[in-house]
Amino acid sequence: MAANLVTELESTSGRRGNRSRWVTVVRTPVGAAAVIALGALLVLAVVAPILWSGQATRADTAQMLHGPSGDHWAGTDNLGRDILARVLVATRLSVELALLATLIMVVSGLLLGTLGVLFGRRVGRVTAAVINVAVAFPGLLLALFFAVIFGIGTKGAVLAIGLAGAPSFARLVQTLVSGVEQRDFVLAARVAGVNRFRILLRHVLPNVGEALIVNATIGAGSALLSFAGLSFLGLGVQPPDYDWGQLLGNGLTGIFEHPVAALAPGIAVVLAGLAFNFFGEAVAKAIGVTTTIGRIRVRVPKPAVAPDRSEADRPDGDTVLQVTDLRVSFPAAGGVVTPVRGVSFGMARGETVGVVGESGSGKSLTALAIAQLIERPAAVEAGRLEFLGTDLRGGGTAHRDLLGVHFSMVFQDPMTSMNPTHRVGGQLAEVARRHGGLSRKDANDRAVDRLDAVQIPDPRRRAHQYPHEFSGGMRQRAMIGMGLMGDPALIVADEPTTALDVTVQSRVLHLLEEIRREQNVALLLISHDISVVRQVCDRVLVMYAGQIVEDLPAADLHSAARHPYTRALIAVVPDMHTALNQPLAVIPGRAPDPTSYPAGCAFAPRCPLATAQCRTEAPPLETDAAGRRVACWNAEAPIEVIPESAEVLCE
Amino acid sequence: MTTTSSAEPAPSLAAGVWDNHWVRFAVRRTGQLLISLWALVTASFLMIHLVPGDPVRASLGLTAPQSLVAARREALGLNDPLLVQYWHYLQDLATGDFGISMSSQLPVSQVISQRLPATLALAVSAFVLALLIAIPLGALMGVVTRGGRAQRTELSFTTVSVVVGAIPDFVVCVILVWIFGVNLHMFPVAGKSGLDSYVLPVVALAVGPGLVLARILRVEMLAVLQADYIRTARAKRLPAVAIYLKHALPNALTATLTLSGLLLSGLIAGTVLVENVFAWPGLGSTIVSSIQGKDYPVVQAIVLVYGVFVLLINLAVDVALALLDPRSTIREN
Repeated sequence: MAANLVTELESTSGRRGNRSRWVTVVRTPVGAAAVIALGALLVLAVVAPILWSGQATRADTAQMLHGPSGDHWAGTDNLGRDILARVLVATRLSVELALLATLIMVVSGLLLGTLGVLFGRRVGRVTAAVINVAVAFPGLLLALFFAVIFGIGTKGAVLAIGLAGAPSFARLVQTLVSGVEQRDFVLAARVAGVNRFRILLRHVLPNVGEALIVNATIGAGSALLSFAGLSFLGLGVQPPDYDWGQLLGNGLTGIFEHPVAALAPGIAVVLAGLAFNFFGEAVAKAIGVTTTIGRIRVRVPKPAVAPDRSEADRPDGDTVLQVTDLRVSFPAAGGVVTPVRGVSFGMARGETVGVVGESGSGKSLTALAIAQLIERPAAVEAGRLEFLGTDLRGGGTAHRDLLGVHFSMVFQDPMTSMNPTHRVGGQLAEVARRHGGLSRKDANDRAVDRLDAVQIPDPRRRAHQYPHEFSGGMRQRAMIGMGLMGDPALIVADEPTTALDVTVQSRVLHLLEEIRREQNVALLLISHDISVVRQVCDRVLVMYAGQIVEDLPAADLHSAARHPYTRALIAVVPDMHTALNQPLAVIPGRAPDPTSYPAGCAFAPRCPLATAQCRTEAPPLETDAAGRRVACWNAEAPIEVIPESAEVLCE
Repeated sequence: MTTTSSAEPAPSLAAGVWDNHWVRFAVRRTGQLLISLWALVTASFLMIHLVPGDPVRASLGLTAPQSLVAARREALGLNDPLLVQYWHYLQDLATGDFGISMSSQLPVSQVISQRLPATLALAVSAFVLALLIAIPLGALMGVVTRGGRAQRTELSFTTVSVVVGAIPDFVVCVILVWIFGVNLHMFPVAGKSGLDSYVLPVVALAVGPGLVLARILRVEMLAVLQADYIRTARAKRLPAVAIYLKHALPNALTATLTLSGLLLSGLIAGTVLVENVFAWPGLGSTIVSSIQGKDYPVVQAIVLVYGVFVLLINLAVDVALALLDPRSTIREN
């Protein structure tokens, strides 16, 4: 009963489909080559002594130390024996001894590594400590140590190399086993009272078997090389027996007269070692990585749609940013995806503009594109992209100082957005040193001053600390402080509060708001949280599927939003009147994938007002007399249905 | 160890010091070093006792008179109880006495001090060369191939570094000797004479580890270049060189440094083979001839010296890691 349960659990644990994965090894060019090479090596090890033993041992005093000739392709050694034949025949002993040593390594590694499973946690901890000490020493030193104990010669060398490899193999076994030990089927077997030895054999080892076999194969490759090394030093195989290492050692003494005698066994060692290694690596890759997505190079085509001019010609002497028909595209498996499709807007000094939309609507990409921070293979195109009257198109490097001094970015996650290996003060000071030409001391003073400006207590001490010594909120304020090192005309804040606690959120928002007011900076605030945007912003851009669908004053959000998507976004925000016993409302349906935007309005599939026209024809972004913009065929139609019909999220 | 802080009722000086992660790190790391050192010394002591048969007889040969063997055993203290011998061994080590060589009758400490400088010179120059290969090459490859760029360059770099990195030291030696010694007569192939005698052994030791390290650094660079803080650095409009060298490289080096420690200990072991090829008058050629001549006190001492170096390297790596990335001191198992 218990055993059945365990077997059932195990069958779902992912041991199926191994056969096919092993077959995929052969399908890659490297894998196929490795399989062929390893197969050839093993065949050679079997047949070579049968075919060429005679030639390899026949001494010919007339032809001692001859160079390569028709009779002896690789020449002869000091007794006139054929070197090529000796190298070929030595394959068997070299491979045999390597495999024997690997066997010792695997068996002793398995014993050491599974002691913890068999005899409980305390034994496991002690062996882990022993293994940790042993793996600190390189394999060759361990092998020398054991070679002394077991004596010079073939037997001693096999034991030495096998045992020298054992600690690292045991470490591997321990790591793998402890991963499986906590899985359901092992715990179930344990609860069912299956004894430890049986658990190990039946449930644990089969699940780590693949990884162990792969590593043993790679281990066999290094055992082969180590063995050659020991024999080369004269500590391994002793005459009259010979393996590659010994042939190499003998060849080296006469390398000036007869280099082939040294090179031939050397090449054999390298090829055999590579065969084992590549085979192991190829199998590891096939087992570890199931699918690979091929990268396809695609030329990003020019936009086919005529640029939207509605915003472009708005005269404004105070303009900080002017964007027209901004597009971001990526090459993808099926061609090109364009997650930002023709965004146009402008910002004046001191203005706060919010960008809202669901994740995937293109908000952040829009921000990065404006900031010239999009890297290849993605491509940014725009009809106009002007910052403080300067055309930014064609790369950000040309305007490095302009952007460095006047354009600031605040990123979403303060935990990962600061360099963990630099002091916070230094990260701020860098901006002033690069762009303001300040001395190290002046830049540091300014950094302390800026940290003070963003309300970081004890700024001089804090400037000397590393980011991990800051709390999340403090780090985000330091990020904002970094943006204040120059003389910003525009701060782009991409979800600046998403990663923070609610109380810390409002503090950061207030800080941004204060900076905007006092320094007359334009603030572009990107957020998926419409209530945050409503609090802080003058104007709101609503994005959906890579386009602006509505542009309206923040004050109008509740009373005069016209696009059904905007209205849905507002309707699903919980407020003080939301009943706590009701599930949270969501907008029904899902945002379209950038790889397959619908032909008409992208919101049509989720829109309660959608008509036949909406599904076939994309609505243009129309500007009204008050400067508000909306892209909807039915912008004025009333929807009472939305709040009620909003489906509930049940997961 | 934590009881020092928990036993105190109020926060005391001891607790305050213990709270400092650098202090914890120093205590923990020193403890590790002492345990490993003890294991090493014990293993080296036991080596002579684990040899089957009588080590003195083995060393002196079958023809040596029994009286000589007995006298030598007495002189080495091999007739004392094991624990007494262990105690004497530890005492001798503490005073720098490694015993007397069985073959040359010279103090082993003298042999070591004669041979050690040559090995150190070899290992250190090879390590420096390996880093000089790995850091620029790996960082450059990381930058060039970031985000799937320059795929042909990546493929050829990976192939060459994998294949060359897989060739064992002593085969690299043979190839170098053949090319530069036999064919081109550019560098001496045996002994330690002038600066030019360093070239081949150092290159033979450094090439493999250098390429392996370059490959690891490239992968680390790729990961680091994806990080948010690199985007921040770009948003600060720093020049590309500053982004790559100042912001990306130190973060990519932490993992690489850990591995370079492993490689350096491997390099110490590699000197054994390389010294034997080039007849380099260091510890490596001495240990091999001593193993063959069954001169156990010399072997014990050299194993000890190698081991201590490996432990010191591991310590140095951890300290360097702590300085480069202070977060690593906090990590506790």
